Amino acid sequence: MMEEYRGVWVFIEQNDGKIEGVSLELLGAGRKLADKLEVPLSGVLLGYKVKPLSQEVISYGADQVYVIDHEVMKDYRTESYMQAVINLAEKYKPEIFLYGATANGKDLASAVATDLSTGLTADTTMLDVELEKRLLEASRPAFGGNIMATILCKKHRPQMATVRPKVMKALEPDPRRQGEVIEEPITLKEEDMRTKVLKIVKDVTKKVNLADAHVVVAGGKGMGDLQGFQLIHELADTIGATVGGTRDVVEAGWLPHEQQIGQTGETITPKIYFAIGISGAIQHIVGMKNSEFIIAINKDPEAPIFDVATYGIVGDAMEIVPKLIKQFKEARERGGEISYV
Amino acid sequence: MHIVVCVKQVPDTKIIKINPKTNTLDRRSAPAILNPYDAHAVQEAVKIKKMLGKGIISVLSMGPPQATAVIKKSIEIGADRGFLISDRAFAGADTLATSYALSKALERISKENPVDLIICGKHAIDGDTGQVGPGIARRLDIPPVTNVIEVSELNESESTVLLKRKITSGYELIQAQVPCLLTVEKEINSIEYSPMPNMIKAARYEPVIWSVNDLEDVDRTQLGLKGSPTIVGKMFTPPKPEGGKRLEGNADEQVKQLMELLSDKKELFAPQ
Repeated sequence: MMEEYRGVWVFIEQNDGKIEGVSLELLGAGRKLADKLEVPLSGVLLGYKVKPLSQEVISYGADQVYVIDHEVMKDYRTESYMQAVINLAEKYKPEIFLYGATANGKDLASAVATDLSTGLTADTTMLDVELEKRLLEASRPAFGGNIMATILCKKHRPQMATVRPKVMKALEPDPRRQGEVIEEPITLKEEDMRTKVLKIVKDVTKKVNLADAHVVVAGGKGMGDLQGFQLIHELADTIGATVGGTRDVVEAGWLPHEQQIGQTGETITPKIYFAIGISGAIQHIVGMKNSEFIIAINKDPEAPIFDVATYGIVGDAMEIVPKLIKQFKEARERGGEISYV
Repeated sequence: MHIVVCVKQVPDTKIIKINPKTNTLDRRSAPAILNPYDAHAVQEAVKIKKMLGKGIISVLSMGPPQATAVIKKSIEIGADRGFLISDRAFAGADTLATSYALSKALERISKENPVDLIICGKHAIDGDTGQVGPGIARRLDIPPVTNVIEVSELNESESTVLLKRKITSGYELIQAQVPCLLTVEKEINSIEYSPMPNMIKAARYEPVIWSVNDLEDVDRTQLGLKGSPTIVGKMFTPPKPEGGKRLEGNADEQVKQLMELLSDKKELFAPQ
């Protein structure tokens, strides 16, 4: 039974005809798994007027693209997307099926796993395969502890996982790469749908966009209290950075959830990341460790944040940060030493 | 209108300590609480009931006998009654087996009083998966709408509800047919102070507790550890990165060094 299942699939999430970054990252990760297992890598592309995106999917590493291009698939909806994905999976039987851990990817994967009666690992940050039994090893930070857990699904196929954005690497696209585009029909009718997307409203007022920030100043519980945390805002204002925080800080109400960095918040890769008063629980580290230049300020010389920091300052943030702010302000007055965003 | 809210008892992750030897949680160090997202789910049910001027709110949980505490907490917020399914047969369930057990309990609840709306929190803070809600919806064959930030215009004669669903770029306005299942974000409402009569009711309330034998048409192979396709293969501490350079000296010297390092890297500050 299980031997019938072959191949690695990636759900290609697109919005307004643009493929989400995490889907391209998963093609990169999926390519490695497929090569190890010596099977094809396939993308599953659903939407309306999306067929032209197939070449992009191939250029990022896919051998095949399953396309369902239909008006009923125009906007993401669990019921239509789920039905399409289930039909494809039952027909072609992949052994591994990966989704981005986005709102839609998680929603879709949860529904599909239920209907296929198979295992689904949430918010994976590491992927590998065990060749002998062709097992997907999907690892994620275990709840709370500074430890990773590898989740296996031994007796059910496909083995499914949602994967955090920005932890896997996309391949360099090769526009000359050849692949097969397989168009599948769909019999769903709009009138049978029980949910309708009436409109999509873009939030233009959203001020904080951590994902695109070049410089991030993040604070943790070490800032003491809400008043102490103001230093984080002040430093960020001074250098034109975006403010982020740990889960503790968000749960304490010092920052809205949108500004949480880590496993249950944003995963970001800015050029410069200040981690101030942050001890560096694994849940936080997975959200920022790929930043280019990490500066950690913490009282505790043993804090795990120093393991991922480019430069560490062991000291009291309450003393260091005001000095930093003063230096930056003076540098700006002198002009030219550091260019500000 | 019959609303069922699914709730979970979780350790308070704000307080929980990590055992430095095993790197795992010391569960005894944390008090058990109502999953914060589920509190918002209960609050939303209370809001809807107020909006309609009528209705009944049931809460459902799965867990050990002491999980009745989160049902009592839900009564405090304004739920009318609560059910706990508790049995060794449910133990060790992953998200697939959990959604199966809860859907069987929901079938029983629905038999006595048909369910119009099921509300779950976006995810539980101990597992962080968010997979159980959509799983229940599939098993009951009702549409799931996840990441809901607003419920409005519940039209009982048309059996529709208008929802705002949060997405990365903003939100979607969705019209869903009732019955349906919603998972809610924290921003959907703020938890109100419980009125005194609710507190008194909660203190005296005894939730209905069902064992597996109280549920009908249960395929036991789909329950608990046996019914869970996923298993934890191994736990490991990720390879420790080397770490970078520590700056030396007193605070002023450290700041000075950092400023020099940053001025060497000033190109990083400029947007590309």
